[in-house]
Amino acid sequence: MIAIIDYGAGNIKSLQSALSKLNMDSCLTTNEHVITNSKAIILPGVGAFKDAMDALNEFSLTEVLQKEASLGKPILGICLGMQLLYDKSFEDGEWEGLAILNGTVKRIDSTVKVPHMGWNTLAHQSPNNLLTNINEQEFVYFVHSYYVDECNEQELVCSCDYGVQIPAIVQKNNIFGMQFHPEKSGKNGLQLLKNFGEMVL
Amino acid sequence: MLAKRIIPCLDVDRGRVVKGKKFQAIRDVADPVELAKRYNDEGADELVFYDITASNEDRDIFVDIVEKVATEINIPFTVGGGLRSVRDINCVLRAGADKVSINSAAIQNPPLLKDAASKFGSQCVVLSIDAKQTSPSKWSVFMNGGRIDTEIDAIEWAKRGAELGAGEIVVNAIDVDGVKNGYHLDLTKAIAEAVNIPIVASGGAGEIQHFATILQEGKADAALAASVFHYDEIKIPDLKNYLAKNGITMRRERSWK
Repeated sequence: MIAIIDYGAGNIKSLQSALSKLNMDSCLTTNEHVITNSKAIILPGVGAFKDAMDALNEFSLTEVLQKEASLGKPILGICLGMQLLYDKSFEDGEWEGLAILNGTVKRIDSTVKVPHMGWNTLAHQSPNNLLTNINEQEFVYFVHSYYVDECNEQELVCSCDYGVQIPAIVQKNNIFGMQFHPEKSGKNGLQLLKNFGEMVL
Repeated sequence: MLAKRIIPCLDVDRGRVVKGKKFQAIRDVADPVELAKRYNDEGADELVFYDITASNEDRDIFVDIVEKVATEINIPFTVGGGLRSVRDINCVLRAGADKVSINSAAIQNPPLLKDAASKFGSQCVVLSIDAKQTSPSKWSVFMNGGRIDTEIDAIEWAKRGAELGAGEIVVNAIDVDGVKNGYHLDLTKAIAEAVNIPIVASGGAGEIQHFATILQEGKADAALAASVFHYDEIKIPDLKNYLAKNGITMRRERSWK
């Protein structure tokens, strides 16, 4: 069972239906017991960084997630969910993140259109089982205005070129992040979720 | 490289996809969920659903369709039509929509854009602008399905919308909508140059070349169309092949392994 953290607004129905198409059991939850008993956690997210952290704190989930991460539970952060895994964000202020990964989140420079919205390509940066059946330069769907700056290069699996090099997929041991939306990325997205499932379930 | 997007638009009335010409003469076309699946499979990059129904009862049918679409397709989709409050927006986002398109309600209540952007993020707030040339030097914003001239300048409204927090703008040129003589190049380009958020051109697609023109010269990030897709006059794979051959970055999917 994958615990999808349901901490507030946004579309998580699509994520759930993508997982069920792949026969990956999941449930929406904020319950600590369900989360600690899950095989893996997905932290989704749209919206603002601060609101998301406030919601996680309100549900007393910050420490639960940090503890699960340190115990080796696989955690996949998607879009804002990936950004939340990092130390801090400069989205309309300066906010502490979960600090499970090291790095900071900042706004995409407006030399390009912001938000970065649409289908863009993945440049493979290091071999990873997540990329099984994913060719170089496959398209996935991005929609975000902030990105992880100063990400540890050894954790970088794929990047995406959009004015700057945007970390698109990261992995450090049991912790995974995808800046794009695999549940909205057609067949490539389903393949990535399937690969994640095969690695962790 | 970021691909330009091809977006079929589905106008939904009482549970069916319909197509109006210049916002009138509505014709029944298909079941929305079936049509959405077809476009998803053919390589559409996104879909847009407009609820053009009037009554609250029909509104429930529409939300039900949004839920079904969300479970059937795995590309993003936008929902618009009659969304007047943060609560309305939350309802369709929770039903599975990725973005919401706001038109008349933003004109009547501009802070709605700001409230929606701060609650759900700019990335899911799309400002839809119906514009028509009312004098040689002015594009005027229309509301209520093109019936009321607000006399607001379309380019100024686009800038204001972006400032308020819209993450994307749909530019619908209502004098060319449904006429199939091509998108409105000047208006689309003027708005694309005035703001730093993605622009979706809408209204007027009739031939495959129209898409190339609006995505290149018109500087649009995406092109939306309805009847040319609904009536199979243009097939999405053919369109994408043509655009790719003309040097426009298109997303194409390898076969499912």
